Amino acid sequence: MSPVIGRLATVVARSLRTNMRQYGMLIALVALLAVFQIWTGGDVLLPRNVSNIINQNGYILILAIGMMIVIINGHIDLSVGSIAGFAGAAAAVMMLEHDIPWQLALVLSLLIGAAIGAWQGFWIAYVGLPSFIVTLAGMLLFRGATRILLEGRTWSGLPQGFQDINQGFLPEVGPDTNYHNLTLLLGLAVCGVVVIQEWRTRQQQKDYDLNVLPRELFVLKCAAIVAAVMAFSLTLASYRGAPVVLLILGGLLVLLGFVMRNSVIGRHVYALGGNRAAAQLSGVKYRRVTMAVFINMGVLSALAGCVFTARTGTATTGAGNLFELEAIAAAFIGGASMSGGVGTVLGAVIGGLVLGVLDNGMQLLKIGEDWQQVIKGLVLLVAVAFDVWNKRRGLTGRA
Amino acid sequence: MTTESTGPVLHMRGITKAFPGVRALDGVDLEVAPGEIHAICGENGAGKSTLVKILSGVHPHGSYRGEILFEGEPCRFRDIRASEARGIVIIHQELALIPQLSIAENIFLGNERAGRGGIISWSETLRETEALMRRVGLAGEHPQTPVAALGVGKQQLVEIAKALAKRVKLLILDEPTAALNDEDSRELLRLITGLREQGIACVLISHKLNEVRQVADTVTILRDGRTVETLPMATTSEDRIIRGMVGRELEQFYPERTPYTGERAGQVALAVSDWTVRHPLDQQRRVVDSVSLEVRYGEILGLAGLMGAGRTELAMSVFGRSWGRYERGTVAVHGHEVSTRTVSDAIGAGIAYVTEDRKTYGLNLLDTIARNISLAALPRVARRGFVDEHAETRVAEGFRASMNIKTPTVFEPVGRLSGGNQQKVVLSNWINTGPEVLILDEPTRGIDVGAKSEIYTVIDQLAAQGKAVIVISSELSELLGVCDRVATMTAGRLTGILDRAEATQEALMRLMTGTDEQTGAGA
Repeated sequence: MSPVIGRLATVVARSLRTNMRQYGMLIALVALLAVFQIWTGGDVLLPRNVSNIINQNGYILILAIGMMIVIINGHIDLSVGSIAGFAGAAAAVMMLEHDIPWQLALVLSLLIGAAIGAWQGFWIAYVGLPSFIVTLAGMLLFRGATRILLEGRTWSGLPQGFQDINQGFLPEVGPDTNYHNLTLLLGLAVCGVVVIQEWRTRQQQKDYDLNVLPRELFVLKCAAIVAAVMAFSLTLASYRGAPVVLLILGGLLVLLGFVMRNSVIGRHVYALGGNRAAAQLSGVKYRRVTMAVFINMGVLSALAGCVFTARTGTATTGAGNLFELEAIAAAFIGGASMSGGVGTVLGAVIGGLVLGVLDNGMQLLKIGEDWQQVIKGLVLLVAVAFDVWNKRRGLTGRA
Repeated sequence: MTTESTGPVLHMRGITKAFPGVRALDGVDLEVAPGEIHAICGENGAGKSTLVKILSGVHPHGSYRGEILFEGEPCRFRDIRASEARGIVIIHQELALIPQLSIAENIFLGNERAGRGGIISWSETLRETEALMRRVGLAGEHPQTPVAALGVGKQQLVEIAKALAKRVKLLILDEPTAALNDEDSRELLRLITGLREQGIACVLISHKLNEVRQVADTVTILRDGRTVETLPMATTSEDRIIRGMVGRELEQFYPERTPYTGERAGQVALAVSDWTVRHPLDQQRRVVDSVSLEVRYGEILGLAGLMGAGRTELAMSVFGRSWGRYERGTVAVHGHEVSTRTVSDAIGAGIAYVTEDRKTYGLNLLDTIARNISLAALPRVARRGFVDEHAETRVAEGFRASMNIKTPTVFEPVGRLSGGNQQKVVLSNWINTGPEVLILDEPTRGIDVGAKSEIYTVIDQLAAQGKAVIVISSELSELLGVCDRVATMTAGRLTGILDRAEATQEALMRLMTGTDEQTGAGA
């Protein structure tokens, strides 16, 4: 038995070394969870707290996904917090003052986000202003507009249906099993899909004579994924089930992850960020793609704004303050590069979770807000420094 | 200014400089007499720029072999500041001026007239600026005018004033008139001759042999990183210089041309007529001027010209107006006029352009080989907007085999490949768009001999399949080796088209330097 384990260990170690960039942050996230689990005496991974982490960070993760795409395209968006505030406020005003049903208000709010994204995209892509300036202006503009819209006060009493966007959970169905049935089923389904995907990728790689993971390691990898997903769904199922926000996030992750990896426009986003001149000489339409990227960011900002408003149950003038910085930090921790062209949607989510878990763990440890900020700042710095160091090491002598 | 010694003011001996993979200079000697204008001539890549970069300290002491004596003393420059301190100033082809700063600020940039504590004395700066501006013939301008408000010709004069402010003894000019119109060029040459009267020696790198003939006292000819000869200008003809520049045998590694015998043989694939483009910043300058040319299916047309002749500008402006400001002209593919307003239009019309600068304009170095190969024709491997990675990988694998791209997998980042293999990836990207016409701009620049030979074979195969190919190259031997016809350009105009049979390097060089011009070449 021991030679097999020894061989596995060396293969795992080698695979980790070559894929440091991909797995680095995932490992950091797991390590972070483990450390807090020990320090808090097991509080971090309690079902209730896991559920909390998701609900507390949902809106940041949504923003981080959009921000990652903006950064891959070679731009930045400083206005997402203000747009989130404005869109959330607009939804609240529609529901409370004009008695618009919450579903319609949500859709209209997303459309407002799209319009704002198009407005900023126009200045960036067609007029040619730097995104930093345009979105800095947007940050001020929509912060002010939020105040005007809310007449400077706090609006409460939002319909329960709307509040459930963040506070709700998947409904319970079927027999009483002590666990949340739908969540377990969902977990099983995810396991199935992931394993089938992994297997198909492996088969394809074999077809192209690529080095694939050795069979033992592949089985180990699949087993690890299944174990992680099932542990996660069991944890959630033993509390109140999967939160609605998790479903939204999962949907975005799958959809935008697929678009960025497999769609023509996704490829164009990477190409423009990686080398804009070369991409344009290959017929990539910079203006259209950049416009689409900012519209997407606008919609996601509005969605994040609605999720945040639903979470607090009120619309306030300060909603969304500094969200843009959290989102940007998440994207960079998750592997984005200042010069663009690099990063994945999944990376943004992992980066956001690192920040979220850090927040949550430090709160449980009763570390003050002041020290939390210091530590988060250092984490951002170290994560990006590690990334830069890693890239330089990968390129020297080869380029 | 007087020089007591009668020996050379500058003596470079046995200068050898190697870059990874190439020996740029191999035992070059250069002697410049006091107060003379010394021209350096040679083809692109002969080593002229490298030589003056060593002299000015851009390539520091220790990165080359050989010795430099200036005014009889050995020099070991660590950087540009060190050479400038000795009075050697280089003016590069791309001007090193800050457009937003004033003439005075530019002249004293890095050389500020400052008192104690680093406080700039503006009165002294302005006084000296005015004196310098008179010396270079800029007296009509105000010292506080931003440089951006001046034309290129006057900017060049500001550069010279800047050199004078550094008490220059030896002025190096790298292609000073390449970006200037005729009148500005004459003005500049007059100024250089004037400086000679003041005892300032000058090293002049220029492709324009008529200018060299006019002003230089001596000419040194470089070829393939070696000094060929140094000649007194008075007794040397332009033809003599050209023979020195090109005198080398045709190398034997070009493939036998495979003829195209398909049904479209002999028909015109691409016809460009009266194509005229202005400089994007300098509206007065026509960088491409009334160029008309035709390429047939199965034909390889070479495009020769020296730096600044407008070849790349012609190609890029035809390809989706990616360069300059379009003035007039039409493009027809297969006899039908087509729009090439955007890159997509040009690709749609069946035109492909492979850039001369693959790292800046050709590749996304961060991304994989497979994705770089599919980029320009992504819809070909996509269905309803989504990329079929299976198909993409199959296409990339196909090119890996047919182009012999040396890589472990097509999922490697392109940045890790050697220059030759990167070039094959760029070529694959464009062949994959299924073009009728391929414009290859310096397709073998910076790649090793083995890969060059492979690329020549690919070019021959493309033509054999019936594609029309235009090859832009600075290596005349390459053009004569692979092309059926060679067209020449000088200062934006087409000066001649020679059949392979009648083309020689000397004949081409005469057309390229504007010494000769075929009558009616542009018609």
